[in-house]
Amino acid sequence: MTVTSVDKNYDDLTLTLIADFSAPIDRVWQLWADPRQLERWWGPPTYPATFEQHDLTPGGTVSYYMTSPEGEKFPGWWRIVAVTPEESLELLDGFSDENGNPKDDMPVTTMRMQLTTTDTGTRMALHSVFASREQMDQLIQMGMDEGLAQAVGQIDDILATSASRQQA
Amino acid sequence: MNEAGVDRMFHALADSTRRDIVRRAVTGDLSVSRLAEGYAMSFAAVQKHIAVLEKVGLVTKKRRGREYLVSTDPDALVLARLALDQLEEAWRGRVDRMADLLAETAPPEQRTPTKGQDR
Repeated sequence: MTVTSVDKNYDDLTLTLIADFSAPIDRVWQLWADPRQLERWWGPPTYPATFEQHDLTPGGTVSYYMTSPEGEKFPGWWRIVAVTPEESLELLDGFSDENGNPKDDMPVTTMRMQLTTTDTGTRMALHSVFASREQMDQLIQMGMDEGLAQAVGQIDDILATSASRQQA
Repeated sequence: MNEAGVDRMFHALADSTRRDIVRRAVTGDLSVSRLAEGYAMSFAAVQKHIAVLEKVGLVTKKRRGREYLVSTDPDALVLARLALDQLEEAWRGRVDRMADLLAETAPPEQRTPTKGQDR
């Protein structure tokens, strides 16, 4: 199992995920640093991502769009807060309009990614925070209303799992 | 909401028809009869499902003319759970794809463990 642990804090609205890869740290870093590799894993196969701008420097911008099976494009942006090559990355992740300009009224999430070398390869710690409860609600509604990305398709499974965990 | 309340809410959501109702009623402009049209069950059965959801506070009904409109009104905790579960699923998918990419592009010498501790 690649994913070692997942912690979700429902009060702070944070997700912390630890994954262990059997590859050296510079190789794992390339998955983030090389846009051609990044677009092979960022979006789900049904909503592949295309990265147009990719400037991994502090204050730098990354722009991308995900394409739905119907060919509709969902553009997004990253703003790089901090970066230490082959070690860590902190960024803001938000939505853009059709011209690629950030939408201010749309939810923004903060993400921190940290890589460390282990005996078996590389550990990736990922920390993701919703900016506010309102923004989180907005993301849910979008998932429910528009079928954004893979959210809708999976909601049944997620709810079923949550519900069975509750009953257990 | 206390723990018993959360339990009741998730029990209410354990049924796929009820989950579907919660989703469809997000817009708040569907009547009970419009909702019922989407399911291969009796109107009364759908009404019963809506009543279960209403009891735990996941949906509310409001009268408009001769019919009732149903709208989703989920608790903040349920929303937090949904949001973080969505995010977890997205990241699990991403990590799987990252691992696949790493396996695909690793040069042969990196795949062979030096100390023979591989399976």
